[in-house]
Amino acid sequence: MKPVNQKAWLLILPVVVCVAFSAILPLMTVVNYSVQDIISPERRVFVGTEWFKAVMRDDDLQGALLRQIGFSVSVLLVEIPLGIALALAMPASGWKASAVLVLVAISLLIPWNVVGTIWQIYGRTDIGLLGAALAKLGFDYSYTGNATHAWLTVLLMDVWHWTPLVALLCYAGLRAIPDAYYQAASIDGASKLAVFRYIQLPKLRGVLMIAVLLRFMDSFMIYTEPFVLTGGGPGNATTFLSQYLTQKAVGQFDLGPAAAFSLIYFLIILLLCFVLYNWMQRVGTADKKEAGHG
Amino acid sequence: MALIELDLAHAYGANPRSDDDYALLPLKMSFADGGAYALLGPSGCGKTTLLNIVSGLVKPSQGSVRFDGVDVTGRTPQQRNIAQVFQFPVIYDTMTVAENLAFPLRNRGVAPERIARRVGQVAEMLELSGQLHQRAAGLAADAKQKISLGRGLVREDVSAVLFDEPLTVIDPHLKWQLRRKLKQIHHELKLTLIYVTHDQVEALTFAEQVVVMTRGRAVQVGSASELFDRPQHTFVGHFIGSPGMNFLPAEAADDGLRVAGHRVAAAPAALRGLGPLTLGVRPEYVTLAAAEAEGAVRGTVTRAQDIGTYWLVTAQVGDDAASVVRARLGSHGPVPKAGDAAWLRIVGPRTCFYGADQNLVFEGAAA
Amino acid sequence: MKLTLERVEQRVGAETWLHPLDLALVPNAVTVLLGATQAGKTTLMRVMAGLDPPAKGRVLADGVDVTGRPVRERNVAMVYQQFINYPSMTVADNIGSPLRLRGEKNIAARVKEIAAKLHIEPFLSRLPAELSGGQQQRVALARALAKNAPLMLLDEPLVNLDYKLREELREELSQLFAQGASTVVYATTEPTEALLLGGCTAVLDAGELLQYGPTAEVFHRPASIRVARAFSDPPMNLVAADAGPGGVMLQGGVALAVALPAGATTGLTVGIRAGALRVRPREGDLVLPGKVELAEISGSDTFLHAETAIGELVAQLTGVHQFTLGEPVALHLDPGQAYVFDSVGALLRAPARE
Repeated sequence: MKPVNQKAWLLILPVVVCVAFSAILPLMTVVNYSVQDIISPERRVFVGTEWFKAVMRDDDLQGALLRQIGFSVSVLLVEIPLGIALALAMPASGWKASAVLVLVAISLLIPWNVVGTIWQIYGRTDIGLLGAALAKLGFDYSYTGNATHAWLTVLLMDVWHWTPLVALLCYAGLRAIPDAYYQAASIDGASKLAVFRYIQLPKLRGVLMIAVLLRFMDSFMIYTEPFVLTGGGPGNATTFLSQYLTQKAVGQFDLGPAAAFSLIYFLIILLLCFVLYNWMQRVGTADKKEAGHG
Repeated sequence: MALIELDLAHAYGANPRSDDDYALLPLKMSFADGGAYALLGPSGCGKTTLLNIVSGLVKPSQGSVRFDGVDVTGRTPQQRNIAQVFQFPVIYDTMTVAENLAFPLRNRGVAPERIARRVGQVAEMLELSGQLHQRAAGLAADAKQKISLGRGLVREDVSAVLFDEPLTVIDPHLKWQLRRKLKQIHHELKLTLIYVTHDQVEALTFAEQVVVMTRGRAVQVGSASELFDRPQHTFVGHFIGSPGMNFLPAEAADDGLRVAGHRVAAAPAALRGLGPLTLGVRPEYVTLAAAEAEGAVRGTVTRAQDIGTYWLVTAQVGDDAASVVRARLGSHGPVPKAGDAAWLRIVGPRTCFYGADQNLVFEGAAA
Repeated sequence: MKLTLERVEQRVGAETWLHPLDLALVPNAVTVLLGATQAGKTTLMRVMAGLDPPAKGRVLADGVDVTGRPVRERNVAMVYQQFINYPSMTVADNIGSPLRLRGEKNIAARVKEIAAKLHIEPFLSRLPAELSGGQQQRVALARALAKNAPLMLLDEPLVNLDYKLREELREELSQLFAQGASTVVYATTEPTEALLLGGCTAVLDAGELLQYGPTAEVFHRPASIRVARAFSDPPMNLVAADAGPGGVMLQGGVALAVALPAGATTGLTVGIRAGALRVRPREGDLVLPGKVELAEISGSDTFLHAETAIGELVAQLTGVHQFTLGEPVALHLDPGQAYVFDSVGALLRAPARE
C-alpha cells in the first residue's frame, strides 16, 4: 500500500496564516481587552468580569438590543412571505425564467454601502423619487427627522435588498418538487390555495429553514446600510447593536465594555445558530428516513 | 365508468416527417367500460405518453379522445373524472390517512357524513382501517401507494383509474399482495383500469387485455394466453416470457425444413417458397427428444441452472454464436449437465414462423 | 480475494443496522446478498468496501486485517443502482479512469476490449448523459471491470432498468463474472435473480445474516421460516401444525404423512412451495379440496389462489389454466414435498432432492 502523502497539509499553511491574522489573533485581542480597563495605552488594569456586568446593566445597550430584535423580527415577518410569493410568481422554465432570475438577483449584487447611498438619495424629498412622490402626496416625509419614517425606510431598504435571496432559495426549492404532486393535486380537484398549503409549503420546509437562519443572522448583525442611510438617527432611533458597539469602541474609545459586549454578541449569534442548525438537522434526517436507507 | 376511445397520434415537434418524430404513431384503440387493461413495453415506447393522453395531462398533437362518445380531448383530468396512481407514492405529508382519502371529496363539496362513510368503505377495502388516524408521511411505501389508490377510488363516479408503474418502489413480496388487492378491487367495483408497466408479470396477471408497445407503436393487443401462444410479431415473442422466445433462422427448402443449417423436419406446405424465415419457439415448449427425432435439433449444453421450480438449460445448436436455444425443463425428469450433447425438440404445435417483416406467417407444425 | 467478516456489527446512533455476523465469502465466486429493502444489504456492502468502519468486528482481506483502512487503499470496484459515471468525461475516459490512475500503458486498447465485452463500443466518444439508462449502467460496469479489482461490489445495479433489459444484462453479467477472477458481491431483493445468478447466497433480514451457502442449497433447504419467506417468489404457503400419528396434523384437521425427527411436537409450521401444489393427481398425493378465489395468468404460469380447509394457499401451475371464481378445485400435494419447521422456526425437514 502506498503511504499517504502528507505533503498536502503544507498547501493549506498560507490559508492558516491568513485566518490566524485576520480572525484568530484579533479574537484573542478582543478577549484580552474585555477583561482589562484601558485608561491609556500604558496603563492597563485587570478587572475580570466587571465590564461584562457593566455592559449588561447599560440602558443604552438594552435599548439598542430591543431595537435590534424588533428590526430582525420585522424583517423576517416581511421578507419570508414576500420571498415565497415572489418565488411562486417567477416562471419555471424557458428564457423568461433566466431573464427574471437575473433581474431578481440584481439587488443582491450591489455593494452594501452603495445600497445605503441609493436609498439616501431615493428618500430625499427634493431629488429622490420616493421622497418627492410622498411629499407630492401630502405626506410630511422625512427620514432624517421622523423616527418612524426612518425605521420604515431602513426596513424598506432591507426588504428591497434581501428579499431576492429568500425568493431565489424558495425558487430552487419549488423546482425540486416532482411534477407528479401537481398532477395528483389537479386530479384531486385541489384549488391553488390547497396546492400551496398542502404541497408547496410542506416541501419548502428545508429551504425556508435556511432562509430564516440566513436572514435572521444577517439582520441581527446589520451595520453598513442603516449607517449610510440614517447614521443611526434621528437621535438613536435606528441605532442597532453593531452600530452601538462600534460607537462605543471606536467613537468613545471604550475598548473594555465594547470588547466585552462583542463577546456577548458573538455568543448570542453562536447560540441562535446552533439552535436553528440542530433544528434543520432533525428536519433533514426525518426527510431522509422517509426516503429509506438500504 | 366509461368507454374510452382513442383515435390519435402524438408527435414531438410541429412538423413530423418520419416515424422517429412521433412519440405515438397513429393508433385507434378502445377500452371497454369496466375492463382491466395493461400497456406493456420497454422504456421509451410511449406507454406513459399514452396514459397521460387518456388522463388529460397531455394533449395529443392530432386526433381525439372520447369518453362514452363525448370528445374530451380538451378537458383536464379533473373534468374527465380520472384517477391516477403514480410511480412513487404521492400523498399529502401534513395530513392523516383519513384526511388524505377525504381530500378529493372535500374539494368537491361533498357532505361530511358521506365523506366519512366513503372513506371508511375505501379504507376497509384497502385494509387501511387501522391506520386511518396516523400521519400519512410516516407509513411504509406500500401503505402510501394504497393511499394514493384510495384517493382515486373514493370518488364514486370516477370514470377510470390509471396506473403509471405503481409497484416500482414496492418490495417483491408486497407486490404480490398489492396485485391481488388490485384484482379484487377490479372484481368488486368493475371500474375501467388502465395499467402501464414494463414488467410483464404485472401486466399479464393484472389485465384482461394487454397492449404490447414498442417505439410508439401498439404491436399486439390480446389476452395473456393469446400473447403467449400466438405472438403476432417477433417483438412480442421476445418481450413476453422470461426468458423470451428462442429465435433461429429457418428456411423451407426442398428437402425439408432447415433450421440453423440442419434439416430438422418436413416443411409444412404453407412455408414453401417464402424465403428465409425466423423460427420462434418458447423455452416452455422446448423438450428433450431422442436422437435424430423429427423436429429436434442437436445441441451442446452450455449452462444448466436450477431456478427452484424449474431448470433453465442453454444449448448451442449451430456454429453461429447467436444460434442458442433455451429450454425450461421441469424439476422432475432428466436434466442434462453442461457439456452434454442433447437433442431438443423445437418444431411442434406451438412453434411460430415469422417472415422478413417480423410478422407471424404460420403457427404450429405436425411434429 | 478471500474476504472474511468476523463478528461485524454496525450501529447508527441508537439503532443497530447490522447484528453481529460472521461471513467468509467464497473466493472468486459470486455471492448474492438477498433481502428486502432496509434489510442491511447496502450497509453490509459499505462495510465490505471500507466506506464505513464497522462499530465492532474485523474485516479481513486474504487474512490481512483491513478494518481501519479507508476504501481508497483497498482495491475495490463498486457499481450502484443509480448509473454513476463521471458526467463530464466521455465513455472512453470513464472506462479508462482506473487504468490511468494506475499509470498503465496501452489504455486505449484495453478500453476497446472491455467496451466490446459490454457492447458499448459505438458510444466510446459520447458523454454518459447522452446514453440511455441501460447503456449508462453498462459504462459503470465497464469501469468496474477495467479496474480489475479482486473484490467487486454491485448494489442492486439492475433495479432501475426495464424488466427485459434486466434479463439481458443479468445474463451478460453472469458470463462476465464467470470469466473474471474477482470475488463478486451482488445485492438484490428478488429471489429469482439470486437463482439466475447462481453462486452462493447470503440471506439478510432486518440486519441479521440468516443463512449463507450455495444458492440452490439455500433455496431447497432454508434453515428457518424467515429464510423461506425471504427466498420465495411466489411466497411460500405456511400452515400451522402439530405432530400427529404418522406425521403432522395441520390446522383444519388434515393429516400429512411425513417423517419427523423425534422430539418435535407442537407449534410446528408446515411450508408448501407454490410449485409443489398441482391440479393433476398423482399417486400418494394429499388431496386438498377448496374453492377458487383468484387466478392470475402470467403467460407461462398460472397462479391460483384457493381457499382450502387448511387455509388460503397459492399454487403455481405451469401453463395457462382457466378458472372461474368460486369454482371448486382440488389441489394435490406430494407429502414428500412439504417443509416442516419447529416451534422457533428452525428447519426440521426439507424435501429430498433428486
